[in-house]
Amino acid sequence: MYSWMLRVNTVLTLSVTVLALLCAVASMADNLHWHTPSVELEVVNVGPLERLRNGDDRVTLSLNIKADLESVFTWNTKQLFVFVAAEYWNPEEGFNQISLWDTIIEKKENAKINTQVKSKLLRRSTRIGYFTYPFQGKDLKGRDFNLTMYWNVMPVTGVFTTDKVVVPGFQLPQSYN
Amino acid sequence: MGAFGDAIASIKATNFRHIALQAISLGMIVTSALIIWKGLMCLTGSESPVVVVLSGSMEPGFRRGDILFLHMGKAPIRAGEIVVFHVEGRNIPIVHRVIKVHENVEKGDYEVLTKGDNNTGDDRLLYAENQMWLQRQHIMGRAVGFLPYIGWVTIIMTEKPYIKYLLIGVLGLLVITSKD
Repeated sequence: MYSWMLRVNTVLTLSVTVLALLCAVASMADNLHWHTPSVELEVVNVGPLERLRNGDDRVTLSLNIKADLESVFTWNTKQLFVFVAAEYWNPEEGFNQISLWDTIIEKKENAKINTQVKSKLLRRSTRIGYFTYPFQGKDLKGRDFNLTMYWNVMPVTGVFTTDKVVVPGFQLPQSYN
Repeated sequence: MGAFGDAIASIKATNFRHIALQAISLGMIVTSALIIWKGLMCLTGSESPVVVVLSGSMEPGFRRGDILFLHMGKAPIRAGEIVVFHVEGRNIPIVHRVIKVHENVEKGDYEVLTKGDNNTGDDRLLYAENQMWLQRQHIMGRAVGFLPYIGWVTIIMTEKPYIKYLLIGVLGLLVITSKD
Protein backbone atom coordinates (compact mmCIF):
# COMPACT_ATOMS: atom_id res chain seq x y z
CA MET A 1 0.00 0.00 0.00
CA TYR A 2 2.62 2.57 1.05
CA SER A 3 4.96 1.99 -1.84
CA TRP A 4 7.33 4.67 -3.10
CA MET A 5 5.29 4.87 -6.31
CA LEU A 6 2.28 5.92 -4.32
CA ARG A 7 4.24 8.61 -2.54
CA VAL A 8 5.73 10.00 -5.75
CA ASN A 9 2.24 10.05 -7.21
CA THR A 10 0.82 11.92 -4.22
CA VAL A 11 3.61 14.50 -4.21
CA LEU A 12 3.26 15.06 -7.97
CA THR A 13 -0.51 15.42 -7.83
CA LEU A 14 -0.33 17.85 -4.92
CA SER A 15 2.35 20.02 -6.52
CA VAL A 16 0.52 20.20 -9.84
CA THR A 17 -2.73 21.12 -8.06
CA VAL A 18 -1.03 23.83 -6.00
CA LEU A 19 0.73 25.22 -9.07
CA ALA A 20 -2.50 25.31 -11.07
CA LEU A 21 -4.28 27.03 -8.19
CA LEU A 22 -1.51 29.64 -7.85
CA CYS A 23 -1.65 30.34 -11.59
CA ALA A 24 -5.41 30.82 -11.40
CA VAL A 25 -5.14 33.13 -8.38
CA ALA A 26 -2.32 35.15 -9.99
CA SER A 27 -4.43 35.62 -13.10
CA MET A 28 -7.57 36.54 -11.16
CA ALA A 29 -5.68 39.01 -8.94
CA ASP A 30 -5.12 41.11 -12.08
CA ASN A 31 -8.82 41.98 -12.06
CA LEU A 32 -8.43 43.75 -8.71
CA HIS A 33 -5.70 45.97 -10.10
CA TRP A 34 -6.61 49.62 -10.60
CA HIS A 35 -4.80 51.47 -13.33
CA THR A 36 -4.79 55.12 -14.39
CA PRO A 37 -3.01 55.44 -17.72
CA SER A 38 -2.66 58.75 -19.55
CA VAL A 39 -2.51 58.93 -23.32
CA GLU A 40 -2.00 61.86 -25.72
CA LEU A 41 -2.01 61.35 -29.47
CA GLU A 42 -1.45 64.06 -32.07
CA VAL A 43 -1.06 64.13 -35.82
CA VAL A 44 1.95 66.34 -36.54
CA ASN A 45 2.08 66.04 -40.29
CA VAL A 46 -0.12 64.51 -42.96
CA GLY A 47 1.75 63.40 -46.07
CA PRO A 48 0.40 63.57 -49.60
CA LEU A 49 -2.59 61.37 -50.36
CA GLU A 50 -1.88 59.08 -53.29
CA ARG A 51 -3.84 56.51 -55.24
CA LEU A 52 -2.05 53.23 -55.74
CA ARG A 53 -2.26 50.96 -58.76
CA ASN A 54 -4.40 48.40 -56.99
CA GLY A 55 -7.04 51.05 -56.27
CA ASP A 56 -6.11 51.65 -52.64
CA ASP A 57 -5.36 55.07 -51.27
CA ARG A 58 -2.29 55.63 -49.17
CA VAL A 59 -1.09 58.41 -46.94
CA THR A 60 1.74 58.65 -44.44
CA LEU A 61 1.26 60.31 -41.08
CA SER A 62 3.69 61.66 -38.53
CA LEU A 63 2.47 61.18 -35.00
CA ASN A 64 3.28 62.53 -31.59
CA ILE A 65 2.73 59.75 -29.10
CA LYS A 66 2.76 60.42 -25.38
CA ALA A 67 1.61 57.86 -22.84
CA ASP A 68 2.23 56.76 -19.30
CA LEU A 69 1.35 53.10 -18.87
CA GLU A 70 3.35 52.42 -15.70
CA SER A 71 0.22 51.80 -13.67
CA VAL A 72 -0.87 49.02 -16.03
CA PHE A 73 1.95 46.75 -14.87
CA THR A 74 1.22 44.17 -12.18
CA TRP A 75 3.28 41.32 -10.83
CA ASN A 76 1.66 39.00 -13.37
CA THR A 77 2.52 41.20 -16.37
CA LYS A 78 5.12 39.82 -18.74
CA GLN A 79 4.90 42.56 -21.33
CA LEU A 80 2.64 45.12 -22.96
CA PHE A 81 2.13 45.18 -26.67
CA VAL A 82 1.26 48.81 -27.39
CA PHE A 83 0.06 50.04 -30.74
CA VAL A 84 -1.64 53.04 -32.27
CA ALA A 85 -4.26 52.33 -34.89
CA ALA A 86 -6.12 54.61 -37.26
CA GLU A 87 -9.79 53.63 -37.24
CA TYR A 88 -12.55 54.74 -39.53
CA TRP A 89 -16.04 53.75 -40.46
CA ASN A 90 -16.87 53.17 -44.08
CA PRO A 91 -20.67 53.31 -44.50
CA GLU A 92 -20.75 50.75 -47.33
CA GLU A 93 -18.29 48.28 -45.88
CA GLY A 94 -17.93 48.69 -42.15
CA PHE A 95 -15.24 49.17 -39.57
CA ASN A 96 -11.58 49.51 -40.52
CA GLN A 97 -8.44 49.45 -38.41
CA ILE A 98 -4.89 50.07 -39.52
CA SER A 99 -2.02 49.74 -37.12
CA LEU A 100 0.36 52.67 -37.65
CA TRP A 101 2.97 52.09 -34.98
CA ASP A 102 3.69 49.52 -32.29
CA THR A 103 6.13 48.71 -29.55
CA ILE A 104 6.74 46.09 -26.89
CA ILE A 105 7.29 47.17 -23.28
CA GLU A 106 8.81 44.53 -21.05
CA LYS A 107 9.67 46.61 -18.00
CA LYS A 108 7.66 49.00 -15.92
CA GLU A 109 10.49 51.54 -16.03
CA ASN A 110 10.10 51.79 -19.80
CA ALA A 111 6.33 52.30 -19.72
CA LYS A 112 6.52 56.05 -20.30
CA ILE A 113 6.27 56.68 -24.02
CA ASN A 114 7.20 60.05 -25.47
CA THR A 115 8.07 59.77 -29.11
CA GLN A 116 7.51 61.35 -32.44
CA VAL A 117 7.26 58.76 -35.15
CA LYS A 118 8.14 59.97 -38.58
CA SER A 119 6.26 58.74 -41.54
CA LYS A 120 9.09 57.23 -43.42
CA LEU A 121 7.93 54.94 -46.14
CA LEU A 122 10.15 51.98 -46.66
CA ARG A 123 8.85 49.15 -48.76
CA ARG A 124 9.23 46.24 -46.41
CA SER A 125 11.11 47.47 -43.41
CA THR A 126 8.78 48.22 -40.54
CA ARG A 127 11.23 48.27 -37.69
CA ILE A 128 9.25 48.40 -34.53
CA GLY A 129 9.09 51.78 -32.89
CA TYR A 130 10.91 53.77 -35.54
CA PHE A 131 8.53 54.28 -38.42
CA THR A 132 4.85 54.46 -38.90
CA TYR A 133 3.25 51.99 -41.24
CA PRO A 134 1.39 53.74 -44.03
CA PHE A 135 -2.29 54.44 -43.68
CA GLN A 136 -3.69 52.46 -46.57
CA GLY A 137 -7.30 51.68 -47.50
CA LYS A 138 -10.07 52.24 -50.02
CA ASP A 139 -11.39 55.76 -50.70
CA LEU A 140 -9.50 57.61 -48.01
CA LYS A 141 -10.16 61.08 -49.48
CA GLY A 142 -11.43 63.39 -46.75
CA ARG A 143 -12.03 60.45 -44.44
CA ASP A 144 -12.68 61.19 -40.76
CA PHE A 145 -10.74 58.91 -38.48
CA ASN A 146 -9.88 58.21 -34.86
CA LEU A 147 -6.49 57.44 -33.44
CA THR A 148 -6.67 54.73 -30.80
CA MET A 149 -3.94 53.51 -28.54
CA TYR A 150 -4.37 49.89 -27.53
CA TRP A 151 -2.31 47.99 -25.02
CA ASN A 152 -2.51 44.24 -24.98
CA VAL A 153 -1.42 42.92 -21.58
CA MET A 154 0.40 39.61 -21.94
CA PRO A 155 0.55 37.84 -18.57
CA VAL A 156 3.19 35.58 -17.08
CA THR A 157 0.33 33.12 -16.86
CA GLY A 158 -3.40 33.50 -17.37
CA VAL A 159 -5.74 35.61 -19.44
CA PHE A 160 -4.89 38.24 -22.07
CA THR A 161 -6.55 41.61 -21.63
CA THR A 162 -6.70 44.63 -23.90
CA ASP A 163 -7.49 48.21 -23.05
CA LYS A 164 -7.64 51.35 -25.16
CA VAL A 165 -7.90 55.12 -25.31
CA VAL A 166 -9.70 56.63 -28.32
CA VAL A 167 -8.77 60.09 -29.60
CA PRO A 168 -11.37 61.19 -32.18
CA GLY A 169 -11.55 64.04 -34.66
CA PHE A 170 -8.89 63.70 -37.36
CA GLN A 171 -9.39 64.07 -41.08
CA LEU A 172 -7.41 63.06 -44.16
CA PRO A 173 -6.73 65.47 -47.07
CA GLN A 174 -9.60 66.38 -49.38
CA SER A 175 -7.59 66.07 -52.59
CA TYR A 176 -5.07 63.71 -54.13
CA ASN A 177 -1.53 64.74 -54.62
CA MET B 1 -5.18 -34.32 -7.84
CA GLY B 2 -8.56 -32.61 -7.51
CA ALA B 3 -7.12 -29.95 -5.18
CA PHE B 4 -4.36 -29.15 -7.68
CA GLY B 5 -6.87 -28.73 -10.50
CA ASP B 6 -8.95 -26.41 -8.34
CA ALA B 7 -5.92 -24.25 -7.61
CA ILE B 8 -5.08 -23.88 -11.31
CA ALA B 9 -8.67 -23.04 -12.09
CA SER B 10 -8.74 -20.33 -9.43
CA ILE B 11 -5.49 -18.81 -10.71
CA LYS B 12 -6.90 -18.76 -14.22
CA ALA B 13 -10.12 -17.13 -13.02
CA THR B 14 -8.40 -14.38 -11.00
CA ASN B 15 -6.01 -13.70 -13.85
CA PHE B 16 -8.83 -13.24 -16.29
CA ARG B 17 -10.72 -10.92 -13.94
CA HIS B 18 -7.59 -9.00 -13.17
CA ILE B 19 -6.75 -8.46 -16.84
CA ALA B 20 -10.32 -7.50 -17.66
CA LEU B 21 -10.34 -4.95 -14.84
CA GLN B 22 -7.05 -3.43 -15.98
CA ALA B 23 -8.26 -3.25 -19.57
CA ILE B 24 -11.42 -1.47 -18.47
CA SER B 25 -9.55 1.05 -16.32
CA LEU B 26 -7.17 1.75 -19.20
CA GLY B 27 -10.18 2.29 -21.44
CA MET B 28 -11.69 4.64 -18.88
CA ILE B 29 -8.55 6.79 -18.87
CA VAL B 30 -8.46 7.01 -22.66
CA THR B 31 -12.17 7.78 -23.03
CA SER B 32 -12.21 10.41 -20.27
CA ALA B 33 -9.30 12.19 -21.95
CA LEU B 34 -11.27 12.11 -25.20
CA ILE B 35 -14.39 13.41 -23.46
CA ILE B 36 -12.48 16.33 -21.94
CA TRP B 37 -10.93 17.25 -25.31
CA LYS B 38 -14.21 17.08 -27.23
CA GLY B 39 -15.99 18.93 -24.42
CA LEU B 40 -13.43 21.73 -24.65
CA MET B 41 -13.99 21.84 -28.41
CA CYS B 42 -17.72 22.40 -27.84
CA LEU B 43 -17.19 24.99 -25.10
CA THR B 44 -14.61 27.11 -26.92
CA GLY B 45 -16.04 26.75 -30.43
CA SER B 46 -12.55 26.17 -31.73
CA GLU B 47 -11.46 23.02 -33.51
CA SER B 48 -8.25 22.90 -31.47
CA PRO B 49 -8.83 24.53 -28.06
CA VAL B 50 -5.20 24.31 -26.98
CA VAL B 51 -2.15 24.97 -29.17
CA VAL B 52 1.56 24.77 -28.48
CA VAL B 53 3.80 27.59 -29.71
CA LEU B 54 6.36 26.08 -32.07
CA SER B 55 8.30 29.08 -33.37
CA GLY B 56 9.89 32.23 -32.01
CA SER B 57 7.99 34.64 -34.25
CA MET B 58 6.01 36.08 -31.32
CA GLU B 59 8.94 36.51 -28.92
CA PRO B 60 9.31 37.77 -26.30
CA GLY B 61 5.59 37.32 -25.67
CA PHE B 62 5.43 33.66 -26.59
CA ARG B 63 8.36 31.33 -26.56
CA ARG B 64 8.65 27.86 -28.01
CA GLY B 65 6.88 25.41 -25.73
CA ASP B 66 4.30 27.81 -24.31
CA ILE B 67 0.64 26.84 -24.39
CA LEU B 68 -2.20 28.99 -25.68
CA PHE B 69 -5.89 28.52 -24.97
CA LEU B 70 -8.14 29.41 -27.86
CA HIS B 71 -11.68 30.62 -28.06
CA MET B 72 -13.58 31.49 -31.21
CA GLY B 73 -16.40 33.68 -29.89
CA LYS B 74 -18.88 35.66 -31.93
CA ALA B 75 -17.31 39.11 -31.45
CA PRO B 76 -15.67 40.48 -34.59
CA ILE B 77 -11.90 40.15 -34.94
CA ARG B 78 -10.09 43.35 -34.02
CA ALA B 79 -6.56 44.66 -34.43
CA GLY B 80 -4.22 43.63 -31.63
CA GLU B 81 -5.83 40.24 -31.09
CA ILE B 82 -3.68 37.17 -31.43
CA VAL B 83 -5.28 34.69 -33.83
CA VAL B 84 -4.49 31.19 -34.93
CA PHE B 85 -4.94 30.70 -38.66
CA HIS B 86 -4.21 28.13 -41.27
CA VAL B 87 -2.88 28.79 -44.74
CA GLU B 88 -3.58 26.55 -47.70
CA GLY B 89 -0.60 24.34 -48.41
CA ARG B 90 0.71 24.47 -44.85
CA ASN B 91 -0.04 21.78 -42.30
CA ILE B 92 0.89 23.67 -39.17
CA PRO B 93 -1.36 26.55 -38.06
CA ILE B 94 0.29 29.91 -37.31
CA VAL B 95 -0.20 32.11 -34.23
CA HIS B 96 0.24 35.81 -35.03
CA ARG B 97 -1.20 39.22 -34.19
CA VAL B 98 -3.77 41.09 -36.27
CA ILE B 99 -2.50 44.50 -37.44
CA LYS B 100 -5.14 45.50 -40.00
CA VAL B 101 -8.88 44.88 -40.21
CA HIS B 102 -11.22 45.75 -43.07
CA GLU B 103 -14.78 44.67 -42.50
CA ASN B 104 -17.23 43.90 -45.23
CA VAL B 105 -20.70 44.07 -43.74
CA GLU B 106 -22.54 43.13 -46.94
CA LYS B 107 -20.76 39.82 -47.29
CA GLY B 108 -20.62 39.31 -43.54
CA ASP B 109 -16.92 38.73 -43.92
CA TYR B 110 -13.72 40.58 -43.10
CA GLU B 111 -10.18 40.91 -44.33
CA VAL B 112 -7.38 40.93 -41.79
CA LEU B 113 -3.62 41.14 -42.04
CA THR B 114 -1.36 39.55 -39.42
CA LYS B 115 2.23 39.94 -38.29
CA GLY B 116 4.47 38.17 -35.81
CA ASP B 117 5.65 40.55 -33.08
CA ASN B 118 9.23 39.43 -33.63
CA ASN B 119 9.10 39.61 -37.45
CA THR B 120 10.05 42.74 -39.37
CA GLY B 121 7.48 42.35 -42.12
CA ASP B 122 3.84 41.36 -42.24
CA ASP B 123 2.65 37.85 -43.04
CA ARG B 124 1.88 38.20 -46.74
CA LEU B 125 4.99 36.17 -47.50
CA LEU B 126 3.62 33.32 -45.37
CA TYR B 127 0.19 33.33 -46.98
CA ALA B 128 -0.66 31.29 -50.05
CA GLU B 129 0.44 32.68 -53.39
CA ASN B 130 -1.40 35.91 -54.29
CA GLN B 131 -3.27 35.82 -51.01
CA MET B 132 -3.36 39.32 -49.56
CA TRP B 133 -5.72 38.86 -46.62
CA LEU B 134 -7.03 36.33 -44.14
CA GLN B 135 -10.76 35.81 -44.11
CA ARG B 136 -13.23 34.17 -41.80
CA GLN B 137 -12.58 30.68 -43.12
CA HIS B 138 -8.85 30.87 -42.39
CA ILE B 139 -9.17 31.72 -38.72
CA MET B 140 -9.31 28.86 -36.25
CA GLY B 141 -9.52 30.81 -33.02
CA ARG B 142 -8.17 33.66 -30.99
CA ALA B 143 -5.80 33.31 -28.07
CA VAL B 144 -7.41 34.12 -24.72
CA GLY B 145 -5.11 32.49 -22.16
CA PHE B 146 -1.51 31.55 -21.69
CA LEU B 147 0.55 28.99 -19.77
CA PRO B 148 4.33 28.87 -20.06
CA TYR B 149 6.59 25.84 -20.65
CA ILE B 150 3.98 23.04 -20.52
CA GLY B 151 4.00 22.56 -24.27
CA TRP B 152 7.56 21.24 -24.10
CA VAL B 153 6.09 17.86 -23.21
CA THR B 154 4.44 17.56 -26.61
CA ILE B 155 7.38 19.11 -28.48
CA ILE B 156 9.78 16.56 -26.98
CA MET B 157 7.40 13.72 -27.71
CA THR B 158 6.92 14.64 -31.37
CA GLU B 159 10.59 15.29 -31.97
CA LYS B 160 11.90 12.26 -30.10
CA PRO B 161 9.33 9.50 -30.69
CA TYR B 162 11.25 6.87 -28.72
CA ILE B 163 10.66 8.88 -25.53
CA LYS B 164 6.94 8.77 -26.30
CA TYR B 165 6.96 4.98 -26.74
CA LEU B 166 9.06 4.56 -23.60
CA LEU B 167 6.61 6.69 -21.62
CA ILE B 168 3.57 4.88 -22.99
CA GLY B 169 5.25 1.53 -22.27
CA VAL B 170 6.13 2.42 -18.68
CA LEU B 171 2.69 3.86 -17.97
CA GLY B 172 0.99 0.84 -19.54
CA LEU B 173 3.15 -1.49 -17.48
CA LEU B 174 2.29 0.41 -14.30
CA VAL B 175 -1.43 0.23 -15.02
CA ILE B 176 -1.26 -3.50 -15.74
CA THR B 177 0.93 -4.43 -12.78
CA SER B 178 -0.73 -2.23 -10.16
CA LYS B 179 -2.77 -4.22 -7.70
CA ASP B 180 -5.43 -1.66 -6.82
